[in-house]
Amino acid sequence: MKRDSQTPVELFDAAITGQRHAIGRLLSLVEQGGEAADAVSALTHEKSGDAMVIGITGPPGSGKSSLLSQLLKVIVAAGFRPAVIAVDPSSPLTGGAILGDRVRIDATDTATFIRSIATRGHSGGLALAVPGAVRVLDAVGFNPVIIETVGVGQVEVDVTASADTTIVVANPGTGDAVQANKAGLLEVADIFVVNKSDLPGSNDARRDLELMLDLSHMTGQEDSTGRRPPIIMANSLEGSGAAELWSAIVEHGEHLVATNQIDTRRAKRQLAELRSRVSDALLDALDNELASEQGADVVAALSDRRITPSEASSQIIDRVIRID
Amino acid sequence: MANDAEAENGRQAWQDAYDRTPLRDVDFETMSGIPVDPIYGDGPYPGQYPFTRGIRPSMYRSRLWTMRMFAGFGTAEDTNGRFKEILRNGGTGLSTAFDMPTLMGRDSDHEWALGEVGRAGVAIDTLVDMRDLFADIDLGSVSTSMTINGPAHIIMAMYIALAEENSVDRASLSGTIQNDILKEYQAQKEYIFPPRPSMRLITDLIQFTAAEMPRWHPVSVSGYHIREAGSNAAQELAFTLANGFAYVEAAMAAGMDVDDFAPRLSFFFNSHSDFFEEIGKFRAARRIWATWMKERYGAKDERSMLCRFHTQTAGVSLTAQQPEINVARVALQALAGVLGGSQSLHTDSFDEAMALPTEDAARIALRTQQIIAHETGVANVADPLGGSAYVEWMTDEIERRAEEIFSHLDELGGGSILEGVYAGIDNGYFVGAIADSGYRFERAVNAGRRIVVGVNEFTDGDHPGDRNLLRINPQVEANQLKRLNAVKQSRDDSIVRSSLDQLVIDAADPTINTIPATIKAVQALATEGEIVAALETVFGTYVETAVM
Amino acid sequence: MTDTPIRIVLAKIGFDGHDRGLRMVARILRDAGCEVIYLGLRQTTENVVAVVEQEDADAVGLSMHNAQHLTLAPKMVESLRSAGLDVPVILGGVVPDQDIAALMESGVAVILGPGTSAEDVVRSVREAVTSRS
Repeated sequence: MKRDSQTPVELFDAAITGQRHAIGRLLSLVEQGGEAADAVSALTHEKSGDAMVIGITGPPGSGKSSLLSQLLKVIVAAGFRPAVIAVDPSSPLTGGAILGDRVRIDATDTATFIRSIATRGHSGGLALAVPGAVRVLDAVGFNPVIIETVGVGQVEVDVTASADTTIVVANPGTGDAVQANKAGLLEVADIFVVNKSDLPGSNDARRDLELMLDLSHMTGQEDSTGRRPPIIMANSLEGSGAAELWSAIVEHGEHLVATNQIDTRRAKRQLAELRSRVSDALLDALDNELASEQGADVVAALSDRRITPSEASSQIIDRVIRID
Repeated sequence: MANDAEAENGRQAWQDAYDRTPLRDVDFETMSGIPVDPIYGDGPYPGQYPFTRGIRPSMYRSRLWTMRMFAGFGTAEDTNGRFKEILRNGGTGLSTAFDMPTLMGRDSDHEWALGEVGRAGVAIDTLVDMRDLFADIDLGSVSTSMTINGPAHIIMAMYIALAEENSVDRASLSGTIQNDILKEYQAQKEYIFPPRPSMRLITDLIQFTAAEMPRWHPVSVSGYHIREAGSNAAQELAFTLANGFAYVEAAMAAGMDVDDFAPRLSFFFNSHSDFFEEIGKFRAARRIWATWMKERYGAKDERSMLCRFHTQTAGVSLTAQQPEINVARVALQALAGVLGGSQSLHTDSFDEAMALPTEDAARIALRTQQIIAHETGVANVADPLGGSAYVEWMTDEIERRAEEIFSHLDELGGGSILEGVYAGIDNGYFVGAIADSGYRFERAVNAGRRIVVGVNEFTDGDHPGDRNLLRINPQVEANQLKRLNAVKQSRDDSIVRSSLDQLVIDAADPTINTIPATIKAVQALATEGEIVAALETVFGTYVETAVM
Repeated sequence: MTDTPIRIVLAKIGFDGHDRGLRMVARILRDAGCEVIYLGLRQTTENVVAVVEQEDADAVGLSMHNAQHLTLAPKMVESLRSAGLDVPVILGGVVPDQDIAALMESGVAVILGPGTSAEDVVRSVREAVTSRS
């Protein structure tokens, strides 16, 4: 009851002044989707676009969170105010989730902001919620905004890959590099990290990655520039590698600007969001149509073989588009 | 027939060993006067490799298990009074419980210590507290058990320094320090440093005691807490023995011969409510340990192959509803521990589900052991259930399940159990497996598939509100803070500083044993918290990734 | 609005390392469709407040097995209130009967003792979240 007593505009005004609970509320509205999310988008759209967006992905247990907490310290020390969106899968059965891998940093430090987002069972929602959440954090002054995922599932890969800079974390001795290749992450990585570099096999992991890069020559996103992603060796227990990682991120950011790729990437990201938004709306409209009386008639006609599948789909498409 | 001859030889060897063993002066007959043999059934017999049937040929006919009860509360002086009372009553073993700040390596004035000082055990900040804890007690003649892990090396250093002050030769010190850090990351969560530096400290203590304190047990490998955290019986057994293998591998990697330290390793298991499963677990424990020590680690000394263990009844099985009925649970669990061949036993007090035990409840718990020892007759025959088709099958089955887990860890560690255990801590394997087992059990209880008497069935008769629970005097905390302050005022800070600097230098060099410098630091009256903080500058602090 | 999942922060404050119950409750609530932000061990009340703000959580669940509940649970309630957060505090673990009244008086919303069934855990959390003022 009381929770909704503040309008999105009031929340946004409070969020701009740094009130963390107001930021947290805005992010909840974005996550819920619908009109409230649209209202938040309207408020944040214009004010965003400054933040560097970094995607970081790696399998569960890869020490990603420890690495990220080290990286955050380096970023804060460099004078930035980073925010993290940590995406965790929801149970497909119950919709519940344990967001257990929250980055272990001092949450009372106002220079950083960390928010966990569950996939909530339907990937389409995530594809909209994450860009919306990035805009909120960007608009209220966080930079960079880091999206952390566990790198399973296509949407998570897409979400991570739509960042300005995408980091893929692998562990020695676990075949992570091979997995990353399978999941298509190698294609989108701008920087690789071999974490837990003190473990036996870390040089093998590095060699695996080099080999795969040799075979594919270069990543898909950098076809035109011929840039080869660096491989950073990190040990998050000792905190080594975080500074090198940050340098690599900054260097990649400069590279994006120098080669004009930054605009290409952001345009691609906007396009991807637009596509999800439109396809989401169309899917909703389709579901409504199929559930309607007229829709049911079409379905019945199809199953009685009175009309062909293509006729049925034409009729439905006509109706859906007419609904606008 | 060669087999018959072999069996005959085994029997004869057992008989010879039995005949050489002094027995207790009691009548080994039933209540009705029927004389009973010391063993029944087939070999290998108790005292024979792989020791499935027990570690000694005569088992409890020679010596009953040690009835070990925990003591520790309030300030060192309070606990000292309790110790003296135990010694006056003929006890020879002192078992020390420490309070939470001490267990976590922090001083009584740490911000989180508020409300914890002296509450679940005794508070030890400096050597001065250790002096008071053992005041007027001859360290050369008592056996001391100290239940502490993360800062075990510091407490040990204090004990050694105290012996030196009292002119007691450290070689004559006898006792056990739990010092089992691996299960802390897996279950009990009282860790300080990351796993690898912690293993270094443990190896240092194993080396130090092997060289200078031959009567000391430097590690008690503990499955108790793994079980309490929710694991099943096979996991408890497998994780514990795997941790044992890890300590063996670490000490061997530090250049020690396996037979120089393995005879001093001991174990600590839980005895839960499923009677035959527990007995099978205890029997499997002995067989697995003996086999692995001989086959994989090349032990030659038979004492290296003996899995000696202390058992405690399952605190987690005690219910807050109808707490009196916990007495029956504890009795049955204790009986399983005895039939399983425990060397020592702690019985829980029936009121522990609600608070620390009262003195009356602790007495009933001890009396339960005495009833088993002196009234039931189970101590007359070694491994009385050996040869039962069900018990033998259960023993094999638990062993098989444990071996599956060893294979997994071995693979995870690329042929090293030590590395496999590190990897399992790192990737959340242990924590996840334990939590999943616990959750499976809870769900069965919730669904009514498993009955917990007084909780989801037979719930009449609970009388909440009229329970007599132990409360610790809040004055304890203020007293301890005063004591700590007084020590800090009295000592020479420059000596404290230089002793800590030396410890940091030693800690940074993995080839140097840290125990001597730790002894110097406690002699300078550095606090436990100061020593931990100094070591953290070299070793770092462990933060659990909350992997589910 | 559609059924947005309940978001709950679970934590242990201070030294106490008994996390079996907390992990159990995390699984129970996940299976009941909640989003559990699991902070685990050795948290401070300040940190919990900051996480509640950032995660926009609906409830806080604390588990305590030492006698610290009498000091720390009220401190948690107070910290949330003074940060302007209308978020119920649910306490689990070992809480002696005679302390319950004082804890409820201090503003703890629900106390879940040992042996509480999964259904009761879920129902209590739902009620505490929906009935806040």
